[in-house]
Amino acid sequence: MLPDPRQFPKNARAALSDEILQAAMKRLETGFVARRTVAAGRLPEFEALRDAARDIKNHTLAHLDAYLELFEENCLAQGGHVHWARDTAEARDIVLEICRAAGAKTVTKGKSMIGEEMEINHHLEANGIEPIETDLGEYIIQIRKEAPSHIIAPASHVSKEQVSADFRKQHTGLEPNRPLDEPDDLLAEARAMLRQKFLNADVGITGANFLIAETGTSVIVTNEGNGDLTQTLPKVHVVLVSIEKCVPTLNDATTLLRVLARSATGQEMSSYTTFSTGPKRAADADGPEQYHVVIMDNGRSEMLSGPFREMLRCIKCGACMNHCPVYRSIGGHAYGSVYPGPMGSVLTPGITDLPSSVHLPQASSFCGKCEEVCPVRIPLPKLLRFWRNEAYEQGLITGVARWGLSLWAFAAKRPGLYRFFADLQMRLLSTLAGRRGRFSSLPFGGGWTRHRDFPAPQGKTFVSQWRAQKKDHEKRRGA
Amino acid sequence: MSATGPNVALFATCLVDLFRPSVGFSAAILLEEAGCRVTVPVAQTCCGQPAYNTGDKTDAADIARQVITKFADYDYVVAPSGSCAGMIKHHYPQLFADDPEMAAKAAALSEKTFELMSFLTDVLNVPAIHGRFKGVAAYHDSCSGLRELGIKRQPRQLLSGIDGLSLEEYDGAETCCGFGGAFCVKYDDVSDKIVSSRLEELARTEATHVLGGDMGCLFNLAGKLKREGSTIQVRHAAEVLAGLTENPAIGETDD
Amino acid sequence: MSARADILGRIGATLNSESDQAARRSAASARLSSPPVGLAPARSLVDRDAQITLFREMAEEAAATTDRITSLDDLPAAIAKYLGSHNLPSRIKTDEDPLLADLNWQAQPTLDVSSGKPTDADEVGLAVAFAGAAETGTAILTSGPDHPTSLNFLPENHIVVLPVSRMHGPYEAAWARMAAARDELGMPRTVNWITGPSRTGDIEQTLQLGVHGPRRLHIILVDDGEEEGA
Repeated sequence: MLPDPRQFPKNARAALSDEILQAAMKRLETGFVARRTVAAGRLPEFEALRDAARDIKNHTLAHLDAYLELFEENCLAQGGHVHWARDTAEARDIVLEICRAAGAKTVTKGKSMIGEEMEINHHLEANGIEPIETDLGEYIIQIRKEAPSHIIAPASHVSKEQVSADFRKQHTGLEPNRPLDEPDDLLAEARAMLRQKFLNADVGITGANFLIAETGTSVIVTNEGNGDLTQTLPKVHVVLVSIEKCVPTLNDATTLLRVLARSATGQEMSSYTTFSTGPKRAADADGPEQYHVVIMDNGRSEMLSGPFREMLRCIKCGACMNHCPVYRSIGGHAYGSVYPGPMGSVLTPGITDLPSSVHLPQASSFCGKCEEVCPVRIPLPKLLRFWRNEAYEQGLITGVARWGLSLWAFAAKRPGLYRFFADLQMRLLSTLAGRRGRFSSLPFGGGWTRHRDFPAPQGKTFVSQWRAQKKDHEKRRGA
Repeated sequence: MSATGPNVALFATCLVDLFRPSVGFSAAILLEEAGCRVTVPVAQTCCGQPAYNTGDKTDAADIARQVITKFADYDYVVAPSGSCAGMIKHHYPQLFADDPEMAAKAAALSEKTFELMSFLTDVLNVPAIHGRFKGVAAYHDSCSGLRELGIKRQPRQLLSGIDGLSLEEYDGAETCCGFGGAFCVKYDDVSDKIVSSRLEELARTEATHVLGGDMGCLFNLAGKLKREGSTIQVRHAAEVLAGLTENPAIGETDD
Repeated sequence: MSARADILGRIGATLNSESDQAARRSAASARLSSPPVGLAPARSLVDRDAQITLFREMAEEAAATTDRITSLDDLPAAIAKYLGSHNLPSRIKTDEDPLLADLNWQAQPTLDVSSGKPTDADEVGLAVAFAGAAETGTAILTSGPDHPTSLNFLPENHIVVLPVSRMHGPYEAAWARMAAARDELGMPRTVNWITGPSRTGDIEQTLQLGVHGPRRLHIILVDDGEEEGA
């Protein structure tokens, strides 16, 4: 379903010539980006809240084992079950076992990135259980058999014409000539199709934006209400979550919630923020009879112990990718990972491996916009550079990149040599360019001159000219 | 000029040194006219950023050591580039985090290293520069200058004194131009898309010129503008401020 | 080794190089027993009247509609008026909150009122809120024997009754009020923060209301003359 991250350059080229994708990426500018700017600008406390959010996450990570144990204690005390999974394989099996024990035939799902990471749908299908995505974006990509292209807007790469065609193909049994051109028609149809699924599901699976240690609570943040229907109507509620989502208290979660929606979509608060603790109480009017929290590690405990700990502050808002010039050029699929954009480029090598995902940390201009908008102030360019260190030291950077750089460094450390060859080279280029002042092509210049002209040097290097013209310069000053 | 002004070492930066010496001369003029004594240490090559950003910490540290040594004995070190000044100011200390002796030297150098235009406004308190240049210019804020060093108001403040020049802000001023060092050749298709977006935004203005403070960005923007047949001319802001504008703009034909 | 022991062990081993495990446990427990209160937006730290104004403004900005009545007795009329003005069905399903127990529904004979868990056929749901947070115009509802959570999500139209004595500025004040009840009964299974009706931007970033949850949210504030909340 996901393209191969090793083929990033090819994936990127395909994305650049995909007109539907390009139109979708343009919409991000007036959508999430513009709205976040408004929301951040409107709240005087926003910057202080970002600091507080960062500090809460740092504190939690420094005490993570204690808080996870407290979460478990408090969750169990309310009648919930807590399961631990080292990796995606263990997590998948745990979820399957819960569904089998419940005799589940159909399972509704709220959006869960951890669910995507563990490819739970595929696993359930392979074992005769039907998973039904209920988040509209996830539902759309489920029909299209695609992976999400954005961590909070999974179908942001799809046009309404494509949705219309997909619905016609998928929803057989409806009037074939029905109007399905406008978003309202599509919405009404999705709502109607999913209604019965909500009501009939045996198990509901959601993700969790946070786990709260104080009360043994899981939190979901949605706008559609699908997560709430998913976790309230069926007999069993399963929560998929990773270890670093834990926060200490309700008040701490509250602080983080103040920066989450504003950073993600520019909303003051999402339509539905729901705190769930355990199964229904005995006398409750409704609610699930079982509550299971599946806590997955999958490489994160490893990241706790190195330079990548700061990445574990991530609250999955998507602001970094919304603002990233690279993501906005190529969309999410090109990254070949469940997590694209800047946060994905740091997280992916940590939860998969560096050799297969080596392009991701390389494909950045280090513009720093991601760090500027991250609600928990993760220094993303610094972390990308750490991966580049790793890649270099592991010998994953080869070919022209490596020896070109070695040559440059060799010369740069020998100023006399550097000066000699630089003067020679720059004079030559300047002469070759003549009066035109630029080159449309250059040997070894492929990557540059394919799309741009290469401005010619002015002649000998500045340092040489300065040295030679020092007297001349003093005269010019006096004039 | 009096010999009692601050002792400033000019760090030309490799792109200025190799491709556009007129920016180096402009920087020297501006610093001298502001009362500084300018030295250009001859044994300078590069700040080490290419190695640093490729993940080659060893070479980056070696180059940094060289810079720290050669530039130690001045009151200030000034570079006509936000990214090189940022490298020295912010990243050199991090490169030597495990070496207390070098870390101290890096910290000392960091304290006195500045990008050119913000040095003039923030340290030397130059309010604006008087001169003449005819044109409507869009100013492009380089990412490192903007986000690492907070350079935004300063170039515009200096340029406000230039007669005949009007500045028109363009929507992409604070958005990456797509250069990013090796990024622009390693992922040239993506880089091209990014710089093309900047050109679309420039086309929505009346700008006849693009000015900026970083040669990497300016080279990239100029290269694309010329490939697209645009008449927009690209210069380093220092050239306009120093009045060194008789020579062709970046990538421009000598007519 | 169990996955649990493995994971917690690895985390512990890393953190043990920076701190002592017992100290971590004790610091964590201390934070839980005395949770620090975070930074609340200044706009929410105002008196009751200003809170009510802010609440209505923010809720309406989030596409809810609001109303205010001076007495609970006026609730049936306010509901009938709302449903009539939007051409909505007059059959409503309410929760079983004690506040609704003595209402004179007969005064509005057009209303067909029943209570309990909703079915798919119910188009209008009515629930009494635990609290309101003026900060963002958020209605806070909790699950319980008298409060089916599905009532907040299944019917296409959601009416929330919020006594003004339950209005707070920042969210933390609502948590504080819940803490007392929590000590006795523990957390409810579900706490819903509801800010406007259901929506999505999933189709070409076009904002659309009423995806799976309610298309309409109507909040009726009731002056109940009690001096609670902060």
